[in-house]
Amino acid sequence: MANISVGTGLLLAGILFMLGLLGVLIRRNVIFILMSIEIMLNAAGLAFVVAGAKWSQPDGQVMFIFILTMAAAEVSVGLALILQIYKRFKSLNADNLNRMKG
Amino acid sequence: MQILFYIAGIVAIASTVMVITRTNAIHALLNLIVSLLAVALIFFILGAPFIAALEVIIYAGAIMVLFIFVVMLLNVTREGIQKESKLLNPSSWIIPGILTAVLLIELLLIFSGVNQGLYNHAYRQVGSAVISPKQVGISLFTKYALGVEMAGILLMAGIVGAYHLGKGRKTVVHRYLSELTPVKSGEEETKNG
Repeated sequence: MANISVGTGLLLAGILFMLGLLGVLIRRNVIFILMSIEIMLNAAGLAFVVAGAKWSQPDGQVMFIFILTMAAAEVSVGLALILQIYKRFKSLNADNLNRMKG
Repeated sequence: MQILFYIAGIVAIASTVMVITRTNAIHALLNLIVSLLAVALIFFILGAPFIAALEVIIYAGAIMVLFIFVVMLLNVTREGIQKESKLLNPSSWIIPGILTAVLLIELLLIFSGVNQGLYNHAYRQVGSAVISPKQVGISLFTKYALGVEMAGILLMAGIVGAYHLGKGRKTVVHRYLSELTPVKSGEEETKNG
């Protein structure tokens, strides 16, 4: 369809990944950290699809499906953990969650 | 088509910047949906229509709905949002910002032609062929059948883990006591939790 160089696609994936990493580093709220992890996973999937499109092979898209599965499992467990943290500490600030005594 | 790719890329980057700078979680989630839709458009332009559909259905649909429900359960108050905006001062984001910008500049240098010999693969064109869902499905269920089974096991573990973490603590009330004074389960949980 379109003619885009591999470098441009990978650069976009890199920018999105760096924005997700920046989000993990600067935010204190646990739910924003989980959102930034989703951004990073999505950027990794974009890199796989660009690389798969370079050789016109479906392998990159298959890897994206696996990443999608992993993201779904991770986000369900992560959100359940967030609910438990909120129930127990009444706070979502990552700095306050330094005691894991249960 | 090329101009569409660049527009979608700019929309994706701008909305992702909005996601990591908002203080209200719902606003951030809506921006994240825009970002995911832009990436789905990029997948379509790159010749991966099946992945574009999956991105819209699973990422922008299912996962984001899960996020929004959890944010609604968390009872975000106005004071909480103000506290969040206080935490987002320049002294907290300037150093991580510089570090990630350095990594991004390195990536730019790699792709801008300083190492033509090493990375000349990066200048090939992509998106000239559309990979149909049929090809993806054939590859998924022949070459990667073991991976599909492992993904199934992972999802099963995710379901069991989410159920175990999400269920409330069991409240132990004597059976005669519960008949005399029926206690609402929600109140009991907040008292114990």
